[in-house]
Amino acid sequence: MPDLERVSDGNGEAAGTKTRFFMRFTREQRYLHAVLFTTFLGLAATGLPMRFSQSIFARKFASAVGGFGAIIFFHKLFALVLTIAFLIHLKEIFTRGVLHREKGIFWGSTSMVANWKDVKDLVGHLRWMVGLGPKPQFERYAYWEKFDYWAVFWGMLVIGFSGYAMWFAPFFARFLPGWALNAVLVVHSEEGLLAILFIFSIHFVNTHLRPDSFPMDMVVFTGVESEEEFKHKRTQEYERLAKAGKLEARVGTAPAQWQVNFSKVVGFTAIAIGLTLLVLTLTAYFI
Amino acid sequence: MKIVFSIPLTLAAVALLFLATPRVAQAQADCLSCHADTTMQDSAGHNVGVDAHKFGASIHGVLKCGECHTNIKDYPHPDQVTPVKCDTCHADEAAGLVGSVHASRAEHPCTSCHGDAHAIFPKSDPQSAVYPLNVPRTCGACHGNDAMAKKHGLPNVYPMYIDSIHGFALSKEGLLVAANCQSCHGSHHILSHTDPASPTYKVNVPQTCGSCHAGITADYEQGVHGKAVAAGKLDAPVCSDCHTSHSIEQPTAAAFRMQSTPICGNCHKEKFSTYRDTFHSQLGSLGGYVETARCWDCHGAHEILPASDPRSPVAPQNLVKTCGRCHAGANASFVKYQPHANARNRKLNPALYYITLFMNLLLVSVLTFFLIHTLLWLIRSRYDQVKAKAAKGGKDA
Repeated sequence: MPDLERVSDGNGEAAGTKTRFFMRFTREQRYLHAVLFTTFLGLAATGLPMRFSQSIFARKFASAVGGFGAIIFFHKLFALVLTIAFLIHLKEIFTRGVLHREKGIFWGSTSMVANWKDVKDLVGHLRWMVGLGPKPQFERYAYWEKFDYWAVFWGMLVIGFSGYAMWFAPFFARFLPGWALNAVLVVHSEEGLLAILFIFSIHFVNTHLRPDSFPMDMVVFTGVESEEEFKHKRTQEYERLAKAGKLEARVGTAPAQWQVNFSKVVGFTAIAIGLTLLVLTLTAYFI
Repeated sequence: MKIVFSIPLTLAAVALLFLATPRVAQAQADCLSCHADTTMQDSAGHNVGVDAHKFGASIHGVLKCGECHTNIKDYPHPDQVTPVKCDTCHADEAAGLVGSVHASRAEHPCTSCHGDAHAIFPKSDPQSAVYPLNVPRTCGACHGNDAMAKKHGLPNVYPMYIDSIHGFALSKEGLLVAANCQSCHGSHHILSHTDPASPTYKVNVPQTCGSCHAGITADYEQGVHGKAVAAGKLDAPVCSDCHTSHSIEQPTAAAFRMQSTPICGNCHKEKFSTYRDTFHSQLGSLGGYVETARCWDCHGAHEILPASDPRSPVAPQNLVKTCGRCHAGANASFVKYQPHANARNRKLNPALYYITLFMNLLLVSVLTFFLIHTLLWLIRSRYDQVKAKAAKGGKDA
C-alpha cells in the first residue's frame, strides 16, 4: 500500500525521511475517548462545587451559572451522555467478543484484561525506574493503560450506580437498606474525587506530559502514531506484528495538519481545564 | 430689632387687656402678641418664637402659657424662665422615666422624643413625633447615629430595623400594626435587655413578640425551646436568637433560608456538622435552590418536638409524610435515610463508617502508589532523554 506511506511534514522526526504511521485507535474508540473526557470534565466541573459546597470557588461558580439548580441539571445531563457512551462501549465489547468471537478481546496480548505479564512489567518497570534492571518491553496495552481503563470502568459502575441511586432515591430505596442511601453520597463523592485527582494528575502525566509523549500524546486524537513512536513505546507489539508479517495491515494515513492542530486545541483545552480543576480541588480543602 | 420695634405696641395692648381682664395666669394672646413672631430670639440666642397656629392646634393648645412657664406671671417678665416641668401634669410618664435608660432629663428632655414643645400632638395624630409611623424616625435621630451608638456601646439599630420585615411593613406599607421601637421596648420606662423587668429581657421576649404574634408564641411555648426557657434554661433560644431582634427577615425569603442553618448550628454543633456532610447541605449552600431542607423544614420552627413525641414531624411514624413534602414517592424504606448520619461514628453508623474508611483508603493508596510511580518514571525518563540527547551531540539536552 504505497499510497498510505505518505511523507508527513507536521510530525516528521527528520526532514526527508519517510515516516510511516500505524493505526492504534479506531474512529469509534477516539470518539469514545472524546465523549468520555468531555463529559468527565463537565461532571468534574459541576460535581466539585457540590463536593466542596462550602468553599469560596464553589459558591462563586454556583452563583455565576445559576445556582445549584443549573449545576445539578448539567451534572445529570453529562451523566446521561456518559451512561449512553458506556452502554455503547459495552455493546461493542459484547458484539466483538461474544457474538463475533473476535480473538484478543478477553485474553491474549491485545486484551485489556490484566495478565501475568502486567505484573512482571510493573515490577520490572519500577526496578528500571530506580536503576535495578532493563526497561520492560510493552505490548499493545501497558499495565498502567489497563489500570486507567479498569479504573474508569469500575468508576463508571460505582459512580454511576451511586449517582442514579441518589437521583431516583425513592425507587432505589425499595431494595436498598436505609444506610445505603447515606452511603451512596459518600461513595459517589469519594470515588468521583479519586477519579478527578487520578485523571488530572496521574493520567495526564503518564499518558501526555511524560518526556516520551510531552506535551501531548496525539494518538488518541488522530488514531495513528509514527513508526518510531510505535517501536519505542510498544516494542513487543511492533515486533510481534513484524514477525507475523501483519505490520503492513496496520499502516495508516499520516494525520492531516488540520487534524493535528484541531487535536492540539482540544487536547490542550482539556488538559488546561483539568489542571485548573485539580488546583481548585486541592485548594478547596483550605479555602 | 424686631423686639425693640414691637415693644411700644405690645405695651399698649397689654395695658388695655390688663384694664379689661382680671390678672390671672398669662393668656395666650398676651404672650403671642410678642412671641408669635417665630424668628424671635432671646438675649442668649434661643428661639423663643411660637407658631401660634400650630400651637393652637396642638394638644396643649388650650393651655395658657403660664400653666407651663410657671414663673412668668407679669409683664415684663424675667429674662430667665424656669424649665418647664411636664411631670406637673404627666406624673405617670415622669415616674416611668425614673430608672429607665433615658432617665437623665438633661440628656433626654421630653422634647427629645415628643418634639417641638409648642407642637405636641397626641400619638394617634400623624403629626406627632410618637405617632406609630413616626416612632422609628424619632428614635432613629439618636439610635441611627454611629457616633452615639459607639459612645454607648449599642448597635446602630435604626438601619437594621428599617430594612427588616417590621421596618418594611411600617415605612413602606404604612401598617400601624407593624412593630415599631416602642412596641417592644416600651416608651417611658425603657429598660436595658439585661434588666429582668424589661420586655426585651431574654425570658420576656416570647411574651413581648406574642403581644402581636400570639399564635406563634403559643406554638413556641409547646416546643422544646419554649419549655426549656420557661424552666429557666436560658441557653435555649427565644424568638430573637433565631430571628434577630432588629434585622428580622421574612423567614421564607431566599436570603434568610440561605443563611439560616448556622443559626441552629450555633447550639446544635454536632447536628449541624453531620447535616453539613449531607446532600441537603451541599446543594443548599450553593444558592438558587432554596427549597432544600433546612433544619426547620423537618423539625418545625416554633413547636419543635423531640422525635419521641408522636406529634413531632420527625417522629418515626410521621417521616414518610415529612420527607414526602419534598420527595415525591417517599416510602418506608426511603425514610430510613439518616439526615444526620455521622460517618465518623463507628458505633452509631457502622456501615457508613466502614464504607467511608474503605473509600478513603482506596483513594489514598491508589494516589500514593501512582504518585510515587509517576514521579520515579518522570525522573528516569528525563534522565534517559538527556543522556540520549547528550550522546547525539549535547544539543537540546
